[in-house]
Amino acid sequence: MEEEIRIHRRMTNILIASDNIITSLGFTTVENIRRIKACETGIRRWVDESISPLPFWASRVDDEELNELFSALAHPDDYTRFEKIVICSVRDALRNAGIDQHSARTRFIISSTKGNIDLLNPVINRFGDGNRVYLWQTAALMKRFFGLVETPIVVSNACISGILAVIYAARMIRLGLYDHVVVTGADLVTEFVLSGFNSFLSLSDGPCKPFDKYRQGLSLGEGAGTIILTADPSRVNKSSGIRVGYGFSSNDANHISGPSRNGEGLYQVIRKTLDKNNLPVDYISAHGTATPYNDEMESIAISRAGLQDVPMNSFKGYWGHTLGAAGILEIIAGACSLSENLLFGTLGYSEPGTTHPLAVIRETREARLNTCLKIASGFGGCNAALLISK
Amino acid sequence: MEQLIAKLKDEIIGVLNLTEMTPDDIDEYAPLFVEGLGLDSIDALELIVLLEKNYGLKLGTAEEGKKVLHSVRTMAEFIKAHGKA
Amino acid sequence: MMKEEYVITNYCIIRNNRVWLNGNLVFEGREDPSAFFTSVYRHLDISYAKFFKMDNLCKLGFLAAEFVLRNTNFAQVYQGVDVGIILSNASSSIDTDRNHQQSIASRDAYFPSPSVFVYTLANIVIGEICIRHKLYGESAFFIEKDFYPKGMYTCVKQLLDDDVIKCCIMGWVEMDVKDYDAGLYFIEKQTGHTRGIAIFEPEKLLDLYQQRS
Repeated sequence: MEEEIRIHRRMTNILIASDNIITSLGFTTVENIRRIKACETGIRRWVDESISPLPFWASRVDDEELNELFSALAHPDDYTRFEKIVICSVRDALRNAGIDQHSARTRFIISSTKGNIDLLNPVINRFGDGNRVYLWQTAALMKRFFGLVETPIVVSNACISGILAVIYAARMIRLGLYDHVVVTGADLVTEFVLSGFNSFLSLSDGPCKPFDKYRQGLSLGEGAGTIILTADPSRVNKSSGIRVGYGFSSNDANHISGPSRNGEGLYQVIRKTLDKNNLPVDYISAHGTATPYNDEMESIAISRAGLQDVPMNSFKGYWGHTLGAAGILEIIAGACSLSENLLFGTLGYSEPGTTHPLAVIRETREARLNTCLKIASGFGGCNAALLISK
Repeated sequence: MEQLIAKLKDEIIGVLNLTEMTPDDIDEYAPLFVEGLGLDSIDALELIVLLEKNYGLKLGTAEEGKKVLHSVRTMAEFIKAHGKA
Repeated sequence: MMKEEYVITNYCIIRNNRVWLNGNLVFEGREDPSAFFTSVYRHLDISYAKFFKMDNLCKLGFLAAEFVLRNTNFAQVYQGVDVGIILSNASSSIDTDRNHQQSIASRDAYFPSPSVFVYTLANIVIGEICIRHKLYGESAFFIEKDFYPKGMYTCVKQLLDDDVIKCCIMGWVEMDVKDYDAGLYFIEKQTGHTRGIAIFEPEKLLDLYQQRS
């Protein structure tokens, strides 16, 4: 029996059956990618007293469109903004995948850093339920809404949550626990988070510039992303058939908010991921938040891993930093890159700005691509890496 | 000036949770960062909030920040020069 | 191929102002959570000034980890990269979240604090434990309404089976206002050197957590 499990694990191909992206750039993956190809940024200047006493730059989902989309599913007033974005994203992905969400062989995983945290503000919280703010309640709600057998697993691990969720989804399928796993990640731009990053003086006054010499900080973004993973190739209705390989996480054990100066944790996890997958890397989808420290640390880790000549980019210039959704959105974008043999430009980047040179992709261009390494780091000293391939 | 320095030391211990220290443990001329008290980046940001909250002073640039936050003494001098202590 | 056996080497429960290590009451206090955690820290007689910067969730996790790693010689036996940490709770960092929300509640006294905000993420407690003990391995933080050892067991077992980690700190660290509850375990492979108190299995994890045995 143990031996059978081992064979099953070795032979299981985890494929992306379908996906969805909801951000300021649209409500489907197709729409988002189209606008990325057109070099559009979703980051703009906002004057919104409910979120910040001063104007701020961020990428936000269109509320009217969201409610219009959602009203086909349920009454917009009965759900929080966070819940609506998640539900719409999952719905769209499910529609395009031939899997049964009601089956015991299907599991959901939710990735989010703060979920319904805006409900801590009594002005926003018009829901009587005091438990709505908890992520376990979000999981219970999704279980009910989608008629699931089991409560979704919730990963809440700072900015690596999304990648971690996909790593665990793949692990569960390899273990034979489930045939399909729906992974969804989401976070909002809230006063809670914006004020916090402001106190860190880490927000950019303008759209962020990943890896650029003149980068000053990050741009917050909000959105949801959903990836449906399956071990069953017949469920994959796209010609893509992108495989999710192995991934790992690590800790810097250095500082709870500052990246390690020698990129040790990220380097370790890149090394582990490369060794386990045993495939060359054609393209790196970096974290690239555009803070002086993060991008510098990534350049060190990438260099140490000998990948400084591998084309790489950051998507933060299009979507901003979407926290719990980031890993999911960026894995989907990486999968699209592979499917279309396209390297997307790093919007916001002009001049090299890290001590270790990197092969930053400036403008979107064609390239023969088979593999993509997705990496990220987050508060708490965490790092994650995952390889996807054709 | 001495009163301000004593007050600052108390405030610093408070906002930075330096629970096991007393004001006597802090040398007003000793560097706050790297050596001396060995404070970190979050501590620096917290001191910036302290200056604004308690003294109504906003630091202009990171460079200015480095100079002002060098020691308790430099912080006090900055407050004396610009603030409503 | 020999079936690997894993053991629960130590487990620590912290609840109701009491600390139990491997079923033995090792400390008891009567104050509120913050004061209680400080008294446990003093009882441990360690010197770690950073403890006082932590929020209550991190203090709780930090203390429970100190106990479960006791007498394990883990730093000599394992490399930092081989130690995993898998934790969960129900409330994420809500205790500190509320503090942060307070600091932005009024436009007239709008002073968000970086040292508070930095703790508004559930996984920071993992970071603090890693920094303290120099742990660089695989880690993850999950949210669940109640501690569900079977789920975490499956997760940790897979990491051990696949040699992603060689030992693991795992369990539940929950903090919400005055309610706190920690059930932390140190899991190792069964070897001639390990003195496990029980075999690593989901029913046992639950029993120990509920203090049924």
